[in-house]
Amino acid sequence: MSTSTETSTTTRRGPKHPGQRVAEWADSRVGLYKLGKSNLRKIFPDHWSFMLGEVCLYSFTILILTGVYLTLFFHPSMNEVVYNGPYAPLQGVRMSDAYASTMHISFEVRGGLLIRQIHHWSALIFIAGMIVHMMRVFFTGAFRKPRELNWLFGWTLLFIGMFEGFTGYSLPDDLLSGTGVRFTEGAVLSTPIVGTYLSMFLFGGEFPGHNFVPIFYSVHILLLPGIMAGLLVAHLILVFYHKHTQFPGAGKTEKNVVGMPFFPIYTAKAGGFFFLVFGVIAAIAAIATINPIWTMGPYRPDQVSTGAQPDWYMGFSEGLIRVMPGWEINAWGHTLVLGVFIPLMVFPVVLAAIAVYPFIESWVTGDKSEHHLLDRPRNRPVRTGFGVAWLTLYFTLLIGGGNDLWATHFHLSIETITWSVRVGFFVLPALAYFATKRICLGLQRRDREKVLHGRETGIIKRLPHGEFIEVHEPLDQEQLHVLTAHPQPQPLEIGPEVDENGVERKVNPVTKVRARLSRNFYGEHSQIPKPTVEEYDEITSGHGHH
Amino acid sequence: MSETGSHNDMAEPEEHLPATHGAHGAEAAVPGDPFANPGHPEHEYRRQDIDEKAAKHSERVVAGLFTLSMLGTLAFITSFVIFPVDKYVYIFPLGHVSALNFSLGISLAVALLGIGTGAVHWARTLMSDEEMPDDRHQADADDELRANIEAQWKQGAKESAFGRRKLVRTTMLGALTLVPLSAVVILRDLGPMPQDKLRHTAWAKGKALINPNTNKPLRPEDIPVGSLTFAQPEGLNEEDEDFQQQIAKAALMVVRLKPEDIKDKKELDWSHQGIVAFSKICTHVGCPVSLYEQQTHHVLCPCHQSTFDLSDGARVIFGPAGHRLPQLRISVNGEGNLVAMSDFEVPVGPAFWERG
Repeated sequence: MSTSTETSTTTRRGPKHPGQRVAEWADSRVGLYKLGKSNLRKIFPDHWSFMLGEVCLYSFTILILTGVYLTLFFHPSMNEVVYNGPYAPLQGVRMSDAYASTMHISFEVRGGLLIRQIHHWSALIFIAGMIVHMMRVFFTGAFRKPRELNWLFGWTLLFIGMFEGFTGYSLPDDLLSGTGVRFTEGAVLSTPIVGTYLSMFLFGGEFPGHNFVPIFYSVHILLLPGIMAGLLVAHLILVFYHKHTQFPGAGKTEKNVVGMPFFPIYTAKAGGFFFLVFGVIAAIAAIATINPIWTMGPYRPDQVSTGAQPDWYMGFSEGLIRVMPGWEINAWGHTLVLGVFIPLMVFPVVLAAIAVYPFIESWVTGDKSEHHLLDRPRNRPVRTGFGVAWLTLYFTLLIGGGNDLWATHFHLSIETITWSVRVGFFVLPALAYFATKRICLGLQRRDREKVLHGRETGIIKRLPHGEFIEVHEPLDQEQLHVLTAHPQPQPLEIGPEVDENGVERKVNPVTKVRARLSRNFYGEHSQIPKPTVEEYDEITSGHGHH
Repeated sequence: MSETGSHNDMAEPEEHLPATHGAHGAEAAVPGDPFANPGHPEHEYRRQDIDEKAAKHSERVVAGLFTLSMLGTLAFITSFVIFPVDKYVYIFPLGHVSALNFSLGISLAVALLGIGTGAVHWARTLMSDEEMPDDRHQADADDELRANIEAQWKQGAKESAFGRRKLVRTTMLGALTLVPLSAVVILRDLGPMPQDKLRHTAWAKGKALINPNTNKPLRPEDIPVGSLTFAQPEGLNEEDEDFQQQIAKAALMVVRLKPEDIKDKKELDWSHQGIVAFSKICTHVGCPVSLYEQQTHHVLCPCHQSTFDLSDGARVIFGPAGHRLPQLRISVNGEGNLVAMSDFEVPVGPAFWERG
């Protein structure tokens, strides 16, 4: 730091570098130097999992770049045309202009197919990246104060991202995506009271109409990306403002952040990583075909292909819709289409469960303090269990969403898979929760063992009197610190319900629930007490072994 | 870390109390606390930091990667110029692929990965890798500032008289609540009112069942037992402006069963010599059901696997559909063609609130 100040003062005395003049021009107008003061040499900690968010940022950037290119050639119109392009199997077939222009991009525009494929692959990677990034944040407790808002920004990006993807792959108006749009019509129609009206407004009349491609186009290229860009900027500003979280380690505390400066290390590393992500996606787009709309043909409401699947991120909602029994209530001249409407409502609830978790955890545990050191997932068994249970639900529904493919690939009956998913929807998350919690507690016991008795070296030593022992290597100070740095909060106590005079004290039932949940979080069944200094001294000051 | 180091540790573990391990920055540790943070470790230099030869090597690697990227871009431009858009080549193991798409993608990947790997290698080997701590600051303002800002807020609120002049407040809230209504109203013309649109299809009494492949009327003898045929109403043309909307409701499947196999009495009454016509649009969310199993007379929707029994009034036997596929009453006209006896009696396709 001191060297850079010296150089700047020395250059100030001499003639000014042109770059310096530009920077000073900007400084006088927008306060560039004040911005640089806190950000140019901002410290970022290093860990492989911190690049997951970068994957999302860069794939989003690639989506914008390639998306702008695609708008130059795509016609968001449902006017009917007869195809006479180079793809022989479809010559003479009637199709919408949207489909025809996508064919044009794929077969006649040089590089058009590549950009289309980069765009689609980036979308899949963007959403996969967001989910994995969210899991990293979740399992390490990075969502805790002061980062709860940023958790919500990120979650909203994921939620909108799914619809951004859906409106995007519906634009070519091919047989597969049109089938997805037809599903949307059915889902909208299931809405009580207003469903029929909403459907008429969405499709400009009866399905499919001539409106949905232009409407989806406006939503896909303007409305949703605009909101997402805003959220993304806010997300990044907060990352800079809060400074990044870090894992416990030597020299790392709640009051500092240890790492390397933004300029030049992370400008080079993160800037370079953008090109790495882009390069990998370009290579995938060169060798792996995605969404070959020409094999599906244009959309016709009376035709369908087998094995119809949405893009993977919509798969769990597809699972909900496939395994739901077809309940319908007909009364007083009206129909309540529960078989479609319940999945439609459960879909946001599944996602919202993970969105509100930080607030629930903070309420249950009463933890209102700031956290910048990350948790090791094993040290928070209830949170980790909940996260794994959520993922289990997600993947169970994903299997349900592809029940036909599972049936054909694994020679199972569709009934078996559907019923397994129905039962699994309720049972598997609970099993996953308990299994994960137990595994976490086992790992905590192992950590305790390691702290007190050292690392097993695998070396067997024979003592003079003939006994064989395994040599344990004591951990160094950093390892000891890392394994014992996590606080172990105590559950909330509501105190005795009867005071010393035998008078019953009224306890709010909400408080009771909270205390119960808190016991579940931090009670004796949810954490293994860390070794104390006394225990450690007692064992290590003895004569070596135990 | 080194072999010998850990060997020494193991030879006499008794002598290695943890306090002696915090070699660097041990002063940060709380004396007597074996679990205290040992403090920031001393920086270890890389080979490139002390050996100019190694640094020069890294420099050449980085420059080489950047040069590779330039070659990638040149290859991209060359491919763009030399490969026609419709040239297909065989590339193992991909098979026949577009030469242009493959060469553009791979050269673009090389151009991008060259920059990316070059920059990352530069950062990792030639830029300083010394970790340094930076202090964090809580977001909270101190009490004095908070009190100050709250006082300013109260002053402003008082000056606005927002709390005192209730009439201003109430009417303003009323105005702000009403004004978004115009945004809702103005969306009205996105589409027409539903009226009874979802209740009617293009079928009507006397309309012939047209085979969409031949555009000729279907005759009973065209449909052997066990076969599934699709049909659309007479007078509906692909060229029609509203063809997609009409076919989305009118799509029909026609099956011939043995009359004795038909279990449902109404189905039998509405059939002609065992030929039955059902809506092809799934009653779940509207996919065309089309997978017919002739032995069991089951028809399956490929989207969500709702299964209907065509020999029993298209009853739902599996899957998420909520009700039967509507049946179209058919007969033959004087020319021996299959015709509809009326429109569908109930709405086709997915259920909706007004369906009843």
